[in-house]
Amino acid sequence: MPEFKEGLIKSIAGPLVIAKQMKGCEMYEVVRVGEEGLMGETIRLDGDEAYIQVYEDTSGLKPGEKVIRTGEPLSVELGPGIIKNFYDGIQRPLLRIKEQAGDYITRGINVPGLDPDTQWEFTPSVEKGTQVAEGDIIGTVPESQVITHKIMVPPGMRGTLIDIQQGSFTVNDTIAVLEHDGSETPLTMKQKWPVRNDRPNKKKVDPSVPLLTGQRIYDTFFPIAKGGTAAIPGGFGTGKTVSQHQVARWADSQVVVYVGCGERGNEMTEVLDTFPEIDDPKTGFKLMERSTLIANTSNMPVAAREASIYTGVTIAEYYRDMGYDVAIMADSTSRWAEALREISGRLEEMPGEEGYPAYLATRVASFYERAGRVITLGSEERYGSVSIIGAVSPPGGDLSEPVSQNTLRVVSSFWALDSTLADRRHFPAINWLRSYSLYLDFTKQWYDETLSADFRELRNRAMVILQEESELSEIVQLIGPDALPERERLTLEVARMIREDYLQQHAFHKMDSYCPLEKQDLMLKTIIQFCDLAMQALDAGVGIEAINKLAIRDEISRMKYLANDTFTDEHKALAGRLKEQFNALGEA
Amino acid sequence: MKADIKTREYKTVKEVAGPLMVVEGVEGVAFGEVVKIRTGAGEERTGQVLESREGISIVQVFEGTSGIDTQDTTVRFIGDTMKLAVSKDMVGRFFDGLGRPIDDGPEIISDIRLDINGAPINPTARAFPDEFIQTGVSTIDGMNTLVRGQKLPIFSGAGMPHNELAAQIARQAKVLSSTEPFSVVFAAMGITSEEANFFMRDFERTGAMEQIVAFINLADDPAIERIITPRMALTTAEFLAFECDMHVLVILTDMTNYCEALREIAAAREEVPGRRGYPGYMYTDLAMGYERAGRIRGRKGSITQMPILSMPDDDITHPIPDLTGYITEGQFVLTRDLHRRGIYPPVDVLPSLSRLMNQGIGEGRTREDHLGVSDQCYAAYAEGRDVRNLVAVVGEEALTERDRKFLEFADSFEKEFVIQGRDTNRSIQETLETGWKLLTILPEAELKRIDEEHIKKYHPSYRK
Repeated sequence: MPEFKEGLIKSIAGPLVIAKQMKGCEMYEVVRVGEEGLMGETIRLDGDEAYIQVYEDTSGLKPGEKVIRTGEPLSVELGPGIIKNFYDGIQRPLLRIKEQAGDYITRGINVPGLDPDTQWEFTPSVEKGTQVAEGDIIGTVPESQVITHKIMVPPGMRGTLIDIQQGSFTVNDTIAVLEHDGSETPLTMKQKWPVRNDRPNKKKVDPSVPLLTGQRIYDTFFPIAKGGTAAIPGGFGTGKTVSQHQVARWADSQVVVYVGCGERGNEMTEVLDTFPEIDDPKTGFKLMERSTLIANTSNMPVAAREASIYTGVTIAEYYRDMGYDVAIMADSTSRWAEALREISGRLEEMPGEEGYPAYLATRVASFYERAGRVITLGSEERYGSVSIIGAVSPPGGDLSEPVSQNTLRVVSSFWALDSTLADRRHFPAINWLRSYSLYLDFTKQWYDETLSADFRELRNRAMVILQEESELSEIVQLIGPDALPERERLTLEVARMIREDYLQQHAFHKMDSYCPLEKQDLMLKTIIQFCDLAMQALDAGVGIEAINKLAIRDEISRMKYLANDTFTDEHKALAGRLKEQFNALGEA
Repeated sequence: MKADIKTREYKTVKEVAGPLMVVEGVEGVAFGEVVKIRTGAGEERTGQVLESREGISIVQVFEGTSGIDTQDTTVRFIGDTMKLAVSKDMVGRFFDGLGRPIDDGPEIISDIRLDINGAPINPTARAFPDEFIQTGVSTIDGMNTLVRGQKLPIFSGAGMPHNELAAQIARQAKVLSSTEPFSVVFAAMGITSEEANFFMRDFERTGAMEQIVAFINLADDPAIERIITPRMALTTAEFLAFECDMHVLVILTDMTNYCEALREIAAAREEVPGRRGYPGYMYTDLAMGYERAGRIRGRKGSITQMPILSMPDDDITHPIPDLTGYITEGQFVLTRDLHRRGIYPPVDVLPSLSRLMNQGIGEGRTREDHLGVSDQCYAAYAEGRDVRNLVAVVGEEALTERDRKFLEFADSFEKEFVIQGRDTNRSIQETLETGWKLLTILPEAELKRIDEEHIKKYHPSYRK
């Protein structure tokens, strides 16, 4: 590494340090600040002065202490060992920090993102002498019980493999040698990538496959596609975090990156405790076997919080490049925006709305733009995707604030959490009238082929009923429910069934927590069928009271608690009883 | 303080503005360093470096800047950041907002001096809070269960009985089947002496005085000192919990005053304001305090936090309750509507929440039917309240039979479940039984949130 001249600290205010004699220092270059070598990043240059945001607590720093350049931008280490790991915002493994520093996170700890001592079993998949280009897979490593890590030729490199080994290696050992134009480059299993740059791909393709979450409100009503973006905004207590956890647990992505950005310590502990325990329905192993967690809790340094989102998405892109479908949860992007605001305030930049910097919109947009379903680099045609699900915490639950608004402009699925629903324990508290998904059209073909064309029909009918309910309930507010005609009273009843028996889903109930798509289809069919039969019965002169008293109502409400694997049979019987009871009504 | 660190004295105060003071010609001053100030009249003050530049330091003065001049005032940098000497002897003692004794007891002498800002607990070192704390208050135990290591604030407003409720919780809180050492750390920020006296009398009355460490900054004490008070309290709490194996309940009152002090400093520094003039870093600042609650693997003690804050104009969207709610693990909301109707405690269960409840209740902790009963009561009460609003428009005659039941439930819920005496200490069993009794008002088919099995086992109509 080239030697750089040392700079000197000129002033310190909170996480912002100004250093002088820094000529030649680049924007976003990582520097080591003070005697303890605290990690920081340059965020503004002015003559020979560099403005540095420091990722660790700055108490005790003095003007005149040294600042050392590293010549590198903020980067993450990519290679085997990321899965099952638990990082802070700048990819330091938290367990390693604990070994070094104990129960508290102290300053000046320097640990690499990938463990330098772990031995990985590398199996080459190409032979010596092969011509390879960027993105080509040259071998595999079993990274966890579920994930096969694919070692790729780093972006920007190509040539002939003049050597490739098999056996046990650390991430720093040479496993192959690449020759190009007479120069030889040793390859290891590790790549470094600057977090603020997106990793290259060949082409972005349309997100046409839904990312199934096992949550009825999303899968049926407002789907997100693999490679899509979704935002969950909601005031505190509306269930943002539980919603995020549910998606992380059950979504049918192959890799999960969970970023806890400026959130509660106990929540991260919960993730840490439960992910290694949760059975993964798809692989049969534990969920942790395909997850990586990044935690920068609210009391950890604010600059590292700003970086954590980028660390997460860069890791996600890396696994995407191997051909995996990756889902990244960012909880919460508002805390990230606040970190931007805090740093911007310290820089005394001209503020935009509510004190947020004027470049907030650009930063939000470019973050979400890193999602997508792509054809990856590499000679073979490989598809991978990064889906981003970002929580937003609007102050006072008011969505007109800048972070929510800028997010809404760029995401395609909007899952609006609603505090009135949360107050009455309707969970997930997603408001069905305000939410939307632009992936309905993209994924229609998939749904039609996988289930049947009926399913989207059912969904649309259910939406109409819910919409009618909201109009009717305004009238009810004025004249009372008894004054409505019977048909409309029935609509209200059916809407209530959709809300309570379908949309409400119990995250902590062992059967209801995950609802397979087939079960969603059958459940919704049953409710709509009830609606049809009841309408016919009304037409035939049966009173609404009699319909409300049918025993099947109670059965429908307990459908969601029935076991998933035997549901098809149970449903057949239930559908039979549904018809019988209505027939009996007609005869009476 | 280490002896080898040279302390430096200056008489070069250049500017004094609000709570801030600018000192020139200084050398080697660390960010966050503690400053001792002696005014021309010989008064001692304490401050802390907020910004350190070459040759210039900006110092915030905790006790106010009146009496500081630019001629005779001497400023001494002590070469260390803010630390608090902690010891077990602090239990049973009273301190001012900066940690100096205000009872007649001796100074705390200890080799253990801790940084008052603490350090973030490594999330991998935390133990997830899951031990049920019985407070004896039904709206809390039944509907928003508190667990050890949780941070659960009381959102209140001027004139509401939040102090009574906090004192009742401090008095009655216990972990079932546990006799481990327990203590209360009490931090008062800008409350009136009347309020402070209320707490002290209550602690005395119930014999809790021996378990209390109090840090008191009253309304007429310097406002900037309030920035330090909760840090002192939490540093003490961390020591008692994680070094002395005690279970500590920290009561912080009133966080609104703390935030006002934060805003005052930010304004004096001419910082770019965030919402309503509060600094953009208020979230981070509050989190640094609230996040010090919790449990650590392999250590016996715990810190449970109960901050009290009065919502300006009862507005829950005001930045102080709003940011607090985003950090804490739920909230108890007191409402004026219930209070005016003479309901004590006026806890409105609908906006109240305990995020850690699910982990602290259920079989082996409270009772297997707890979650179902509480969910069902919530839903029914919410629906009942809607019906109540409807009645105001259309009159009771227009209601359906079903609606009438829910209305009756909501009324009874407030009368029998919410209301309880200031000394009434209900066990969790009593609370759940009351819940079941109320649920009999509703048709059984409406009890959709309770497992059938539990209905068969606990519903009064099956137990005759």
